[in-house]
Amino acid sequence: MSYPDRRSTILNELREAQSRHDGWLPPEALQEVSDELDLAPAQVKAVASFYDMLHLEPVGRHMVEVCTNLSCALVGAQAVLEAFQDELGVRAGETTEDGAVTLRAVECLGGCGRATVVAVDHRYREPVSAEDVPAIVGELRDGR
Amino acid sequence: MAVRELLLAGADERDLTKLKEYQALGGYESLAKARGMKPEAVVEELIASNLRGRGGAGFPMGRKASFLAKETGKPTYLVVNADESEPGTFKDREILTRSPHRLLEGCLCAAHAIESENVFVYLRGEYLDAYEVLSQALEDARRAGLLGDVSLTIHRGAGAYICGEESALLESLEGKRGQPRSRPPFPAVSGLYASPTLINNVQTVATVPLIVEHGGAWYASVGAEPSPGTVVFSLSGNISRPGNYELELGTPLRTLLYNIGGGPPGGRAIKAIIPGGSSTTVMTPDQLDTALDFNSVAESGSQLGAAAVIVIDDRACMVQLALRASQFYMHESCGKCTPCREGTRWMVQLLRKIEDGEAVQSELDLLLSVCDRMMGKCLCALGDFAAGPVIQYVAHFSDEFQRHLDEGGCPFHGESSLDGIFAPVDQHSHSPVAEVPA
Repeated sequence: MSYPDRRSTILNELREAQSRHDGWLPPEALQEVSDELDLAPAQVKAVASFYDMLHLEPVGRHMVEVCTNLSCALVGAQAVLEAFQDELGVRAGETTEDGAVTLRAVECLGGCGRATVVAVDHRYREPVSAEDVPAIVGELRDGR
Repeated sequence: MAVRELLLAGADERDLTKLKEYQALGGYESLAKARGMKPEAVVEELIASNLRGRGGAGFPMGRKASFLAKETGKPTYLVVNADESEPGTFKDREILTRSPHRLLEGCLCAAHAIESENVFVYLRGEYLDAYEVLSQALEDARRAGLLGDVSLTIHRGAGAYICGEESALLESLEGKRGQPRSRPPFPAVSGLYASPTLINNVQTVATVPLIVEHGGAWYASVGAEPSPGTVVFSLSGNISRPGNYELELGTPLRTLLYNIGGGPPGGRAIKAIIPGGSSTTVMTPDQLDTALDFNSVAESGSQLGAAAVIVIDDRACMVQLALRASQFYMHESCGKCTPCREGTRWMVQLLRKIEDGEAVQSELDLLLSVCDRMMGKCLCALGDFAAGPVIQYVAHFSDEFQRHLDEGGCPFHGESSLDGIFAPVDQHSHSPVAEVPA
């Protein structure tokens, strides 16, 4: 590492803490990062609450993120999101009751030429159409 | 055909993520050449090339490099902005995943030019594929001894559009919330860790080896003056052949949309074009003969921005489009400056009322007034990015906005291609809600 100030590593520390704590940052995870970097808990939470990929509430074992920004929206992102909502029985922003899958609408993922872009556990699937959705959900359910 | 692959040259034929393949095409020869030159001579070539920044602002890279404070007793930093998040933009990801060594060679050439031994690549957190490819390429380059005395670190973001703004990026890189700084001082004087810092976009830095190889005068002769060279255009939306296309600057918009992109699917009519990502102002089909270079697009009243061309066909409701774009900026406003934090929220509320047919005439005027009070009032350009395009949506499609008011709702009656589109800003939080006893 070539940072002159260890505080620069905070996003990596939070990312690692999140992966140790089932994909989100409970208070004890924030405390671990505070201790590690010798920062006040408030400073750590200020950073953690700023970034979309860091979660301060529990999430499912899998994460499905559907881009609904302009380029995807123009070619049918809404139908893709609705298909996920129907298939999973949750609304965007919610987690299935069994804790298996969190569904989110997200802003532009940078795959606009292969819209609609869906990130499944942070791996891009592009393009995804509404017809592809049952197979993706089945894949996640099989993997638990 | 106006396609001219310089940055992406060879990427179709070879696996340029492999060091040997890149070297087989002469890769890293520019680095050897640059290191044989005096640093200031490399900067001179960059100035002569008139290479303008590809991240959106279009500032000449060579001049920016020449502004760096000297003999400060502090290290000089090179920071590469790979936080590509402008809606419609996916060019840097293409370069990162298909020709990562070109970026690394550009970093090392530029580091030599500005006498820096510390390079950070701030990579968008969501770009996991690019992170893996670039990390491997960096490891291979390091093992081959190409880094010399330079320390090059890939720094991953964690999801925040604003971190593509250079001063917010520096804050984030220092481990803070990504909120823009007031300027001056500019990064060239006081940037990362209060030290002289040169920040440039991926594509800009990846162009440097070409300029070292062929000379600044050669690069200045490619494409359109006074914004020469090639740019990777990201083409998306209602278009038959979306994708990234590297073109000489100055290529007509019509050529990109019809000869290369194949026009909208099903032969539909183009209603509007966003030429540089959602922060740039809309163009209309009567402007199809505009040359795609920084100055010509500016003369047409818009901006080339990040060269992310979004095509909108005649099925889209422009109020819905403006609303969805505004929801994005509301979501991404960092909250530091009041006009942007409050203005983006207010814009969304007013556009929602117009779309739902609940707005009165004075609220359309109020929308424009809110936009006006945001423009140029904030520390960074995010407020302008939100407000500027909406002013132009209203100006170019005033009849359509007016019909929403007159007809008490959307004239598309649920048939717009954007109907019902859901924005993350409307997402419920996972926070438990206390049950209120009856």
